[in-house]
Amino acid sequence: MSVLTVRETASAIRGGSVTARSVVENALGVMEREDGRLRAMVCVRGDEALLAADAVDERVKRGDPVGALVGVPVVVKDNICTSGVATTCSSAILRDFVPPYDAHVVERLRAADAILLGKTNLDEFAMGSSTENSATSVTLNPWDELRVPGGSSGGSAVAVAAGMAPVALGSDTGGSIRQPAAFCGTVGLKPTYGRVSRYGLVAFGSSLDQIGPLTRTVEDAAIVLGAISGYDERDSTSADRAVPDYAAGLDRPMKGLRIGVPPECFGEGLSDTVRHSVEAALDVYRGEGAEIVEVHLPHLSYAVACYYVVATAEASSNLARYDGVHYGHRAADPEDIIDLYSRTREEGFGDEVKRRIMLGTYVLSSGYYDAYYLKALKVRALIRRDFEEAFSRVDVIASPVTPTTAFALGEKTDDPLAMYLADIYTISANLAGTCAISLPCGFDGGGGSDGGGGSGGVGLPIGLQLIGSWFEEEALLAAAHGYQLLTDHHERWPSDAA
Amino acid sequence: MAEIDESLVRHVATLARLKPDDAEVASMTRELTRIVGYIDCLNELDTDSVEPMAHPLALRNVFRADEVRASISAEEAVGNAPERERTFFKVPKVLDTGGGA
Repeated sequence: MSVLTVRETASAIRGGSVTARSVVENALGVMEREDGRLRAMVCVRGDEALLAADAVDERVKRGDPVGALVGVPVVVKDNICTSGVATTCSSAILRDFVPPYDAHVVERLRAADAILLGKTNLDEFAMGSSTENSATSVTLNPWDELRVPGGSSGGSAVAVAAGMAPVALGSDTGGSIRQPAAFCGTVGLKPTYGRVSRYGLVAFGSSLDQIGPLTRTVEDAAIVLGAISGYDERDSTSADRAVPDYAAGLDRPMKGLRIGVPPECFGEGLSDTVRHSVEAALDVYRGEGAEIVEVHLPHLSYAVACYYVVATAEASSNLARYDGVHYGHRAADPEDIIDLYSRTREEGFGDEVKRRIMLGTYVLSSGYYDAYYLKALKVRALIRRDFEEAFSRVDVIASPVTPTTAFALGEKTDDPLAMYLADIYTISANLAGTCAISLPCGFDGGGGSDGGGGSGGVGLPIGLQLIGSWFEEEALLAAAHGYQLLTDHHERWPSDAA
Repeated sequence: MAEIDESLVRHVATLARLKPDDAEVASMTRELTRIVGYIDCLNELDTDSVEPMAHPLALRNVFRADEVRASISAEEAVGNAPERERTFFKVPKVLDTGGGA
């Protein structure tokens, strides 16, 4: 594989040893070769990318100042607005939507001289854990093409795992960056709520959504986080706090690092292969002098129920805007305006989106609001309190990202509740608003977590989750980076699986 | 807790501006019954003395000066409208012309 990391790419282009054009041509070549099968991309803008690369090369040649991500190819989840480039949310209702503006994060990427190659596939409106709920295509896991890549940022994870780009942006409402990162063997970072502006991110659950990078290395995630973070007055929940130099703060001794391990994350439902890999990762930390401390998250088992009330309530409100009037699909020959709204939405939304709008409308409706929505907000406060308590004693919390490795295509599509329950380890970070990262910590040896199938190679990737305290991304990234310095799981490619 | 039946599902669908057919109402009733049955586990917790948490950050209202700034043009704003007239979004008639105020 000739794909370099974000750091290597930017440094080579800045130093003039390679051109942005050659880097972009190589990335587009990988897409051309791999994406006919994998279907990670919703759209590819090769010509524009090459023009942008030439402009960057021109500036490097002249000796002009260039940005931190100079010439770095980047792909962006298709629920993040890109000026003049269709942003579909992988939904039929937004098939032809072309935003007139860039999301804050896209502005920041362009300002840092990164090069946008295209948009990646997702579960419709980011609702799902497998990228199977996409009106565009089904994306395949590059490690085993009979398995899902995870979701909802499945296209972003596959693009990075398959070498189409060294970095992708995703969004994470309940694990949608971390879970596909785990299933595809990449790094996935969900920043603290408020760290990255949500301006231009198509809203799903506004008190939960956060944009973050998927990369091959923790160092790359730190570089990209530095580029996209910071205050933006157009998002009233954007935090007005200084942005540290995340990449410069990565080298911290593991000795003395306090890692909390909640037994609640290692109970029933966790597969043995995932458990063993995560425990082996803890041994790596222990060997470096980190202190492993038992902490408790007593309300973890209520997180899924709490989340599916809060997230769907917010979604039902946010998705009210798709009405056939302002943009997107519009039903033909409406009898009146209510008929226009109802048929437009019935025709334009997929099953999972409708299910969540229904659930969210129900929990907010008269007579049920207190019993469900208000109750869930109180449980959410208890979940946050659990984390506050834990972070008074430890620097980071370690857990699996998912109970199993990537499941088979179609395995959970008929059972929405089973799909929701698989999010158990990731969603509490969204409810509490803390930062969290997923990084590769092993492989299941080719058997698959269900014991069947498998190609006999290294098998499917397994993710380690580290959760950090609010706005403590520096400590979180340093802890994750320390692990990658000592291990090589992140250096494997899907071609090793064959 | 609450019994979810087809008439409740039809009521919620009306509130949500969806128009499910009979088969969809039936499957939605089954699925929502199961999901809401699971969500009922929240009632195991005593939350009487807990303040609800609507948001992860302790944010205050954000104020700014009320001044004219650059923004997208009206033409751009209606650029994605499925039906429009000049710079207006077009909808079916919402007022009865047959009299009244």
